[in-house]
Amino acid sequence: MDIQLGIAGKDFVVLLADKQIINSIMTIKHNQDKIYELSKHVAMSVSGEAGDVDTYAEYIVGNAKLYAFRNDHELPIDSCAKFTRRQLAEALRSRSPYQVNILMGGYNPQLEKASLYRIDYLAAISNVPFAAHGYGAFFCYSLFDRLYKEDLTENDAVQILAACISELDKRFVARHSSYTLKVINKAGLRIIDNEEFLKHVKQF
Amino acid sequence: MARRYDSRTTIFSPEGRLFQVEYAMEAINHAGTVIAILSDKGIILSAEKQQSSKLLDSSIEGEKIYEINSNLVAGVAGITSDANLLINESRLFSQRYLSTYDDIIPVELLVKNICDVKQGYTQFGGLRPFGASFLVAGWDPIVGFQLYQTDPAGNYSGWKAACIGENSSSAQSLLKQEYKDDQDSPMTFEDSLELVCKVMSKIIDSSKLSSENLEFASITLVDGAPKVHIFSFSETDQVLKKYAASKNDKSTQ
Repeated sequence: MDIQLGIAGKDFVVLLADKQIINSIMTIKHNQDKIYELSKHVAMSVSGEAGDVDTYAEYIVGNAKLYAFRNDHELPIDSCAKFTRRQLAEALRSRSPYQVNILMGGYNPQLEKASLYRIDYLAAISNVPFAAHGYGAFFCYSLFDRLYKEDLTENDAVQILAACISELDKRFVARHSSYTLKVINKAGLRIIDNEEFLKHVKQF
Repeated sequence: MARRYDSRTTIFSPEGRLFQVEYAMEAINHAGTVIAILSDKGIILSAEKQQSSKLLDSSIEGEKIYEINSNLVAGVAGITSDANLLINESRLFSQRYLSTYDDIIPVELLVKNICDVKQGYTQFGGLRPFGASFLVAGWDPIVGFQLYQTDPAGNYSGWKAACIGENSSSAQSLLKQEYKDDQDSPMTFEDSLELVCKVMSKIIDSSKLSSENLEFASITLVDGAPKVHIFSFSETDQVLKKYAASKNDKSTQ
């Protein structure tokens, strides 16, 4: 029942993920941060098989940090995404594949450009302006298509995400009460407060 | 003295030196000269080929300068067969980086890799060190144009203008004198090409200044992407005619 959304503008990316950890019909936790920070300018939200998510995310975060230590500069978003895909593709063809879906967003300070990548558990990658994984995707793509504009601002993007959550609250069987939102732009990574965000979401 | 501590590569002498490594570096001082100069718009590399016989088929271009990747070019001094192996390794490493990260390899990372391989042979016994030094010229989006020198011990250092091989110390002092390093009028690409020719013409026999004995290569940016260019025989002769000859004319007048 995971919800993972992402929107990229020209110079920023916003990622959204729910905070719920579930096991069968039980909710284990309500406040899990599912958006992992790889460097100052790259973050990713991960969903899928519970154990795989942690193992794979930690592996990728660890490698991104190791690269930064070794090379005195951070791994840029595009390279980060290709690396993540590659590792997933190699694992897929081994005895221990990972079942994880990833949205990776970041800002490249050299190119002054933001990118959002959608990677699924079969290691398919695409560079997209907006993306969703899981059940949320069924409800949100039509909203993205209708509301997305090429020159949208950070605030516009948050409004679109709020519209998506309103729609999910209205039509999706599962309801979440809180979300993690992270914005990445030239200045780095910023967290949008859940309470602030929920003010934009229509209540039913 | 010698013979006691230099029979094995990995044995320190009482003064704390590794003789085999020092001999390898000495071998490079007898190899053909390689010069490279960094400028704002690119890097020029030039290498001297030491011809052994006129029967040698010199129509095969490229002996001392190799393209490693789209953003990297290297000039080698020392034992060519040793260098070949390292060039091959570097090309492989660049491609491996491309396949992992879908991006051109940062210059320093590649140089670090060559040097790690070289260092390995100074520490683990049974094999001799590589008798080859490199001048690696490259570009990456993080740092821009860079020029590195490597030695058989596995050290590397970054330079604005560098020289390895025979007469490298006199070439180095010439470069030090002539390299313009002030902010107002930095070295242009043309300046560096001229300076390379000038230094080459001073340290090698002027009768040898032709495409038979010299190789040139450059790395520049074309539409924001790095481009390695290895000069053909005719381009080399043109460059030498333009710069090296004019210098000679002036000095004889």
